[in-house]
Amino acid sequence: MPAPKRKTMLRQGAGGRAAHDVGGLAFGPIDRAEHDLALWEKRTDAMQRLLTSPGKRAFTVDGLRRVIEDYGEQAYDRTTYYEKWIRALRNLLVEQDVLTREEIERRMAEVRQKHQTAGRRVVKAKVPW
Amino acid sequence: MHDDDDHQHHHHAGHDHAHLPAQKDHDAAPMGAYEVLEEAVRSLLIEKGILTSGEIAAAVDLMDSRSPALGAKVVARAWVDAAFKKRLIKDTRAALLELGIDIGTIAEFSTVENTPQVHNVIVCTLCSCYPKMLLGIPPAWYKSLAYRSRTVVDPRGVLTEFGVELGREVAVRVHDSTADLRYIVLPMRPKATRGWSEDQLAAIVTRDCMIGTALPTVPSRPARRAAR
Amino acid sequence: MVSAAGSFSRPPRFKPGDRVWVPARAALGHCRTPWYVRGKPGVVAAVHGSFRDPERLAYHRPGLPAQVLYKVRFRQLDVWPSYLAGQADHIEVDIYEPWLEPQP
Repeated sequence: MPAPKRKTMLRQGAGGRAAHDVGGLAFGPIDRAEHDLALWEKRTDAMQRLLTSPGKRAFTVDGLRRVIEDYGEQAYDRTTYYEKWIRALRNLLVEQDVLTREEIERRMAEVRQKHQTAGRRVVKAKVPW
Repeated sequence: MHDDDDHQHHHHAGHDHAHLPAQKDHDAAPMGAYEVLEEAVRSLLIEKGILTSGEIAAAVDLMDSRSPALGAKVVARAWVDAAFKKRLIKDTRAALLELGIDIGTIAEFSTVENTPQVHNVIVCTLCSCYPKMLLGIPPAWYKSLAYRSRTVVDPRGVLTEFGVELGREVAVRVHDSTADLRYIVLPMRPKATRGWSEDQLAAIVTRDCMIGTALPTVPSRPARRAAR
Repeated sequence: MVSAAGSFSRPPRFKPGDRVWVPARAALGHCRTPWYVRGKPGVVAAVHGSFRDPERLAYHRPGLPAQVLYKVRFRQLDVWPSYLAGQADHIEVDIYEPWLEPQP
């Protein structure tokens, strides 16, 4: 996803304009290419709706937005919509003591291993906390 | 760690008990870190009984079933039925229920009407709020920093980029969806559609017409059946 | 989440047609009043009803008492110093009551 070439001082939060609060800034021409969602993105959307629904109420959509808004300008601009949301889901599940960091990290290692064993290349990078 | 959950909500028929996750979306692309995270979180939530693979699959299917065709049907009804149009603008949720459309509890919906004097455009500058239950998932451009940042300050420039040119006598009204209301634009019915059926009318109402970045256009010959 | 659209937990401070402005104050954490309308004058276009306060919901608090939500219309000319296109162009933003003050 295209990101500004340099870090600006425009969106620093803490009483000033926050990273997500972009109305009126200049981000260039609009790329109108259409993209299908990957299955993992649809599942992220599904889990978000289920976990914030009246039946579950693990947390609120507002909480998810708040977590996303705290990522900072660089991370905010360089990640896609669903990358932001799955990271927020993870963080709120930990914040609310539904899951622990350790079990998530352990399970991620298992998932990577499983797919590598099955012959799929898995990117080495981690998702920052 | 189980593969069972991958089986249960696999969307492609004919999948057998292979070890490889044969989901079409994976293809040959390497698995990214966020995709790994999604599987890790989902599998943990299922193991702990917080979510089931069935309800996740049902939620995915629900969103897959939503498309702009739903919104187009509503617009077409409003175009042919003036009383329904009035009800739609006054209380969108109730009017949608008349057509069997339940928008759920996430947000309220509000319909804003284009007139010869006013053209409406919808944006969410703070995130990407969008009337998904009526239009399906938003296009990538709606969620982009470029659209979110420019539409409020340069709506006419954005509309020009989308191929919409408005006269100076038309005022542009931008709606920033900052709270729990989701907006859809009710475009003006083109004059050349006199006598058309609802299906024919719905066929010219695109997703972008209901965001405000397009106007319904009449092809040189009206379609005999609604395009699917 | 929609909690009480159309209904009110307490009488709304403003009504449609009221001239208001958004105070130019800092947000403390999660906030749904965009930066570009802070310090700007507008007119109440509609009163939506009461909703739980997102600034509290974002931190696992119940967000009560519910806050009245308004649709506020701003002239583009008032919002952007260099807005040249369309003197009658407006922007409408949904703003919670604590983020509105009456114009003197």
